[in-house]
Amino acid sequence: MAAAPAPIRVEAPATLAASLDSVSKVYGAFAALRNVSTGFLAGSCTVLLGENGAGKSTLLRVVAGLITPTRGQASLFGGFPQQHRHRVAYMSHATMLYDELTAMENLAYFANLHRGEGCACVGSPEMALRAVGLDPTLTRPVGQYSQGMRQRASLARVLQTDPELLLLDEPFSNLDVRSAGQLVDLLADFRTWPVPGGGVRTIVLTTHQASLAEPLADRTLVMRQGQIAEDSTGKQG
Amino acid sequence: MKYLGYVLEHLRKDLRLEWRSRDSINGMLFFVLLMVVVFSIAFDPAGYPTVTRQISGGILWVGLLFASMTALNQSWTREQRNQVLEAQRMAPSPASALFVGKALANMIFVLVVEAVLAPVFIIFFNLHVLGDPWLLALILPLGTWAIVVNGTFFAALGLRARNRELLLPLILLPLSLPAVLMMVQATTGVLTAELDPIYLQSWIKQLAGYDVIYTTVCILLFETVLNAE
Repeated sequence: MAAAPAPIRVEAPATLAASLDSVSKVYGAFAALRNVSTGFLAGSCTVLLGENGAGKSTLLRVVAGLITPTRGQASLFGGFPQQHRHRVAYMSHATMLYDELTAMENLAYFANLHRGEGCACVGSPEMALRAVGLDPTLTRPVGQYSQGMRQRASLARVLQTDPELLLLDEPFSNLDVRSAGQLVDLLADFRTWPVPGGGVRTIVLTTHQASLAEPLADRTLVMRQGQIAEDSTGKQG
Repeated sequence: MKYLGYVLEHLRKDLRLEWRSRDSINGMLFFVLLMVVVFSIAFDPAGYPTVTRQISGGILWVGLLFASMTALNQSWTREQRNQVLEAQRMAPSPASALFVGKALANMIFVLVVEAVLAPVFIIFFNLHVLGDPWLLALILPLGTWAIVVNGTFFAALGLRARNRELLLPLILLPLSLPAVLMMVQATTGVLTAELDPIYLQSWIKQLAGYDVIYTTVCILLFETVLNAE
């Protein structure tokens, strides 16, 4: 009797949280991105490395929908970036907070802008501040914080929106080694947070300190002169 | 959260920022008070009360227009500091709510300045209102909104320009000319009581129409302006 044929395994295609298709971004005579095509798997953590001016921040801003590519197309969760803003959070190397307001006031304000129909569940500002190691009862305005404290407040702003895709531009800059280590632990923990309605957390971050991001990285992209020069898969290999 | 809730959230934030810094109101107040003093010295209001009454509407509105421009640029500069505007753009709340909230905040700032200015203006220009003074309670907010709604919009338009301080008056002044004409005619009509009430009503209605049209256009176009590169 002939052996039964082995069952055919059909694996669901891995979904992309974000993808870039032949994306170029030109500012005057300077090409910040040159024909970049890549995708970021949902649930993964991708670390972007490269020298200053390599195009890392521009790439993040294109994914966030903050700038429109000169050529090519960027998509988020299979649609236009602008359609999925409630599922994405972007932290720039600037604080993106008002200097005159306290951290709690800043976070409460942005949390309220994320509330509404179709918007992601919003965590509480107090919880977000405690998660990054800041005291929510601080009455000093953010403008009087140290650089490290501002960086943490900025991170709390993005974490409280409970994003599925977290885009971080230089999150370790201005942090001492201990704080940077705590941030790595926090981001690792963030990936395990359940997403309301299913789904997984994706992180794309840029940094100059590759060693710090190493424990997080599933994939590392090295950028040079607006192009992806190296693409290496890390621990998930 | 409904649209009005977002507008109030932006308004609350702008009022809080102004309360902490007082940049806009202080700047406007000093500018407009100095202007009143300079004009009162230049025109000798005590010597020529009739002429003063005829020109004081123009002086008042031109002064408020120039003074408000200092605050309007300032209001968007706050959003650009620390790239906060990018966080606003990433938020899923409607972009036009940000515009309406900011325009309302600017309106309140200019009204506060007007409230302080009014007695000073009356004293320095030796003014006696000959018409119905209650009509000023209608003309002043309508005129202020005309300045503020356009100013807030065009200040946002010039956000990414290198010479934005220069760009705002270059765009705002020509576009505000019809509104300035309506405000000045209506205000002078009330101050002098020389204008036929039908014409006075007509100027006020035209000013209200101007406000409705420009507010609608600004709200509709604001998202494009905010996301322009």
